[in-house]
Amino acid sequence: MNAPKNLLTEETSRRAREHRLAKIRHEAKEHGQVSDFTRLSERDPLSKAELTGYYGTPVLKRPQWTIEIPLYFFVGGVAGAAALIAAVGKLSSADTRLVRQSRWLAAIGGLVSPALLISDLGVPSRFLNMLRVFKIQSPMSVGSWTLVAFSNSAVAAAVLGEFNKRRGGRLVNVLTDGAQIVSVLTGLVLATYTGVLIGATVIPAWNEHVGTLPIHFAASGTAGAATILELMGNESKALNRIAIGAAAVETAMGVSIELSQTPPSESLKSGIGGWAMRGAGVLSGPVPLLLRLLALKSRRSRISLRKAAAISSIAGSLLTRWAWIQAGQVSADDPSVPLQLRRRVSSSGDGMDDHENQKDPR
Amino acid sequence: MSGTAFLTDSTLCIGCKACEVACKEWNNIPSDGFDWKGFSYDNTGSLGHSTWRHVKFIEGGVVAGLGGNSPDLLSWGFSSDVCKHCENAGCLEACPTGAIVRTEFGGVFIQSDVCNGCAYCVVACPFGVVERNPDAGMAFKCTFCYDRQKEELKPACATACPTESIKFGDIDELRGEAEDRMARLKQAGFNDVYLYNPQDSSVGGIHAFFIVRGDPERYNLPPSPEVPTTYLRKGWVSAAIGAGLMLAGTLFAFGQDK
Ligand code: SF4
Ligand code: SF4
Repeated sequence: MNAPKNLLTEETSRRAREHRLAKIRHEAKEHGQVSDFTRLSERDPLSKAELTGYYGTPVLKRPQWTIEIPLYFFVGGVAGAAALIAAVGKLSSADTRLVRQSRWLAAIGGLVSPALLISDLGVPSRFLNMLRVFKIQSPMSVGSWTLVAFSNSAVAAAVLGEFNKRRGGRLVNVLTDGAQIVSVLTGLVLATYTGVLIGATVIPAWNEHVGTLPIHFAASGTAGAATILELMGNESKALNRIAIGAAAVETAMGVSIELSQTPPSESLKSGIGGWAMRGAGVLSGPVPLLLRLLALKSRRSRISLRKAAAISSIAGSLLTRWAWIQAGQVSADDPSVPLQLRRRVSSSGDGMDDHENQKDPR
Repeated sequence: MSGTAFLTDSTLCIGCKACEVACKEWNNIPSDGFDWKGFSYDNTGSLGHSTWRHVKFIEGGVVAGLGGNSPDLLSWGFSSDVCKHCENAGCLEACPTGAIVRTEFGGVFIQSDVCNGCAYCVVACPFGVVERNPDAGMAFKCTFCYDRQKEELKPACATACPTESIKFGDIDELRGEAEDRMARLKQAGFNDVYLYNPQDSSVGGIHAFFIVRGDPERYNLPPSPEVPTTYLRKGWVSAAIGAGLMLAGTLFAFGQDK
């Protein structure tokens, strides 16, 4: 091995020892006792856990996903919810413009999503290997199959819908409805499974919240779809109601994250991830909720208030996805949760890190 | 549980890193540079895509005579870490391509020609072992020397280890050997020895167990590793609730218009 050349000489080592003794004597004289120990314990030398585990290095690996993944969470969520809006809109004979636009929103999302997912892969040309097997116990596998089914059905529904308009016919009608139904069923999975995807992992900040993450993502995707459709010029009251419901759920999610006190939740509340999460919560929860409630009252600025709410929701939804990934990175770096170090501190109470006072044996 | 296993006995380890070197040479994996940890000679830091055996340098208190150090220097313990080849492996369950398989020797093996680098296994391993190589794109980890085992050879690390700190053999025999060794060590006055083999956790046992001195946490060995499939039920229930809310909410929103 290539040893670094900073071995202490006899002389410096002797001086360091004498210096240490002088320091102990000084402290004893000043305070009547010595509190600055350098030794760990009287017992076996290796028996005591450092409060940092192994040099404080992470036990877990950081998620290696790139920015495409939070973007995919957003686009997929929007697309899934848009398919639902298209189907329910058609069912309740809402205006054809809304139905048509939401179909296309779902279709475009269904095309952009796989592109994002593929570009994050280490070997993009092997995307189709995702379809080699189906594994119910792997949310990544379930999600890939869902996405493929969704993309196909959402695009089919949009294209057949156009065809239907030009020259209808019983067959085209049935086919359109069939594609629409498949896109709704898969769309619902698409908008929610991403919460399971990150929740069912070893990352403490994520698995701690696995019971609410999918609901959070469902609300986020729904808000995204409704508000994008609003910004495309739809003033349907139904969209406003959907957005109000989503904002209410997001408000509840924001509050529940803020109130969670467990150690794994710490990374959701501190650092950039924490502030992003907080900002995302405000932008997608109370702000649009308030603006929309105001819009219900005010006649004059109704449209502009709804527009402002929509923009806030979209920004919030994007930020939400990013904040969850960011918090996961920080959470992976912290060895104290997987090693349960905090529990040790509270039970023993006297851990100390004495690296500062030790010398380098190299 | 059947198949083969590693027993890594840190009380025998001298920190020579023959295992790391042998592993890198045999498997042709790149070096990790010289970024030292703490005051010791650990330059590989943790297991990862380019480190499949990792020798940990555990720095202890100042104890004259321990480890042959001079009286004013800290004492050392060493332990060679490796993929645990879990009985219930998070990486294997999570892999969507089926690239990760269980071999006939009970080990967990990544087929590099199938892996598409989705990196989902990375967040599914409770021991932080597997990692995506940013250059190659695929995920890598210890292969349990599948190629050597097929030829009835011991893995490279176990073959190179000069002190038999890394033992390799039939899992049941090794487990017995570990118990014997623990008893012998305790008899000899090593009261702080600990056999790390989390069989009661959801991981359900591992094919690489360790004898360490002191708390396993000092070696970054988690006391109760969980395979992430345990969170699936809760997650999918929540997804169903989320989907239900979406459906009901949208139906309600449009229904109001009539
Ligand atoms: S230790 Fe990690 S990489 Fe190794 S088998 Fe277990 S889950 Fe897979
Ligand atoms: S990175 Fe490769 S081995 Fe890991 S889960 Fe994805 S396809 Fe499987």
